[in-house]
Amino acid sequence: MPILSFGPLAASLFTVLAIVSLFLSFVMLGSHWLKNHIYAFALESWTIAALSAAVGYFGHYQELYIIAVLTALFRGTLLPYLILRLMAKLHLEREFTALLRPSSSLVLGTVLVIVAFLVARHLGVRVAPDDRIVILALTCMLSLKLIGFLMMILRSEAISHILGLLVIENGIFLGSQILVPGMPLLLELVILFDLLIIVLTFGVLMRYLQLHAGTTSSRHLQRLVG
Amino acid sequence: MAILILILILCLWLGPALAIALILISRRPRAAEFLNLGASAASLAASLALIASAPGRSIVLGDHFLVSTPLGLWVVLCVAIVYVLASIYAIGYMRLLVEEARRLPWFYALFSGFALTMFVAPLMNNPGIYWIVIDLTTIVSAFLVGFEREAESAEAAWKYIIIVSAGLSLALLGIILFYWAGTFSFGPVYDMTWRHLRLMAPHAPHALLLLAFLLTLIGFGTKVGLAPMHTWLPDAHSEGPAPVSALLSGALLNTAMLGVVRFLTVLDAGGLGRAGHIALCVLGALSLAVAALFIVRQTGAKRLMAYSSIEHMGVVALGFGFGGVLGIAGAMYHMLNHALNKSLMFFGAGDMMRAYRSKDMRAMRRILRFYPATGTAWLLGAVAITGAPPFGLFQSELAILRAGMAGPEVWAVAVMAVLLIVIFIGFLAHFRRMVAGPAPAAGHEPRLAFGPWMTVPLWLALIPLTVLGLWWPPILWRFFAHAARVIR
Repeated sequence: MPILSFGPLAASLFTVLAIVSLFLSFVMLGSHWLKNHIYAFALESWTIAALSAAVGYFGHYQELYIIAVLTALFRGTLLPYLILRLMAKLHLEREFTALLRPSSSLVLGTVLVIVAFLVARHLGVRVAPDDRIVILALTCMLSLKLIGFLMMILRSEAISHILGLLVIENGIFLGSQILVPGMPLLLELVILFDLLIIVLTFGVLMRYLQLHAGTTSSRHLQRLVG
Repeated sequence: MAILILILILCLWLGPALAIALILISRRPRAAEFLNLGASAASLAASLALIASAPGRSIVLGDHFLVSTPLGLWVVLCVAIVYVLASIYAIGYMRLLVEEARRLPWFYALFSGFALTMFVAPLMNNPGIYWIVIDLTTIVSAFLVGFEREAESAEAAWKYIIIVSAGLSLALLGIILFYWAGTFSFGPVYDMTWRHLRLMAPHAPHALLLLAFLLTLIGFGTKVGLAPMHTWLPDAHSEGPAPVSALLSGALLNTAMLGVVRFLTVLDAGGLGRAGHIALCVLGALSLAVAALFIVRQTGAKRLMAYSSIEHMGVVALGFGFGGVLGIAGAMYHMLNHALNKSLMFFGAGDMMRAYRSKDMRAMRRILRFYPATGTAWLLGAVAITGAPPFGLFQSELAILRAGMAGPEVWAVAVMAVLLIVIFIGFLAHFRRMVAGPAPAAGHEPRLAFGPWMTVPLWLALIPLTVLGLWWPPILWRFFAHAARVIR
């Protein structure tokens, strides 16, 4: 049974949307201004919401429309708003202590995309040899994952860590819309909800950090070693 | 039969759920203590009844949402035991934190909530929901780790939640890849359950199956504290209040290990079991090695116990990695023994930390002279946790070693044996200094007297631990044998 039988129009639409979200993760990687990050993240979430709706339309999965609306609301609007508010409360504007310059991070990011592509191709030719969109989805999924981890490694502000984690989650969500559009609705709803709780938790813990440790940069959180 | 088990499961959850509600309504510290204690006792009774009444196979209940397997129920029992012991101990320990008295109801509400999530996770039939509940355990326990609101505990809570969330995101990717692998045999829409994953595995592409398993192994392995993803563990376990440390170490790690084992059975079903078992053995051996290095040169009492948790999770991973009836029985027995023993060790460490007003073991001198009852239990616990006879961990470690000798991974047996000896020497050297080292300087003698709340739970853990070491009950053997057969 073919898992995905989308026409060429659908396939090219998915491709454009997936590539746009990958591109937006590079915007985040290349900028040290936290506000840019958050806007790019919001835009990426809206792109993924559009992708959900497109998969729902072409693949006849009615429940994906609900997912699309909720993605736009939660990931595209509420989460960026919460993080912007957190940023304003903590008086943070930019990341000062990144390990690498933006240009070097961008180069490293492209290397990671190539790695992701090689892994995706290795899997894709074994799993679904005549389906290009599968390789694309896997590439985007793994690239966003790796770029998210890269952001968490290179940057030390707590907010950057949260954003890195959110990029990772977006990547998983993007890939799962194309690869497993039929995944149970309940699960996707709960994952969305879970993400919201996690971000709220992060917000509270960041205020703890600011209050009790006097810093939100992991470069200064060095009390616990050995 | 199914109805009875369903009712018992609901009883198991009802205790902590009611306790949370009542604690939040009453907002009185004294009421909160006993509500939590009552909930823990009720849960223990329910989990014992579950083990006694459940048949030795897996049953799907409650509209396919719940699954009761012997291994899952066993994890629930371990959680319940630690929860009861920690609830008793918490009454004494938390009263010492005078400045937190006003926030005690919050502590107990979170404490019951943490236990509740750990009672829910092992019984979930859907791997995705299991993942979400494990994520919830992280969120609830992060607040418990940061409860004391000092710089260290805030830092530990932050590291804990960031590292574990990042790890779990890998596990989520793995679960989605598993589901994708199933769409090749079941079509694009099907129920995501453990059983379906095992059914689809023989027909799934090998490369995909292996990648998905490795992602879940790394993801849940982060939560289990397997090296090299263990870095959050010593911080979180040492900075939270002692009852929380016991619950994290004795209960939470087992709950996450269950996920690793279940995904391993999927791989077994797909004919790739060997690769999975080797991966688990490698992580187990690496955890033992990392733990051994840090135990030898440790100075913090609770950090020592935390590294010992990494060691014992490594041993459990090796047990499941060796596999076979003996390996699985040994690993399950080890889960229980470690749960009892590690609770005892964290309670002892918490007592001494309060008494000597320091986390540093170099400050804790002549523990037997100042605290004969507590000190003796703690010292015996230390002998037990290094795997010396006649305590439970000796039996289970020996079973795991024997299982390894019978299988193909003999190298891991050699590594395990050598590292256990290193840990034995390193661990007990610290206790030798605390027992027989120089007396504390004049004016620095500990004055705190422990009430029964802070002494009795140590003995409540030590006595069954000794019994389990001297006598491996045949009824448990039969239970483990059933569990090993069902796992396949």
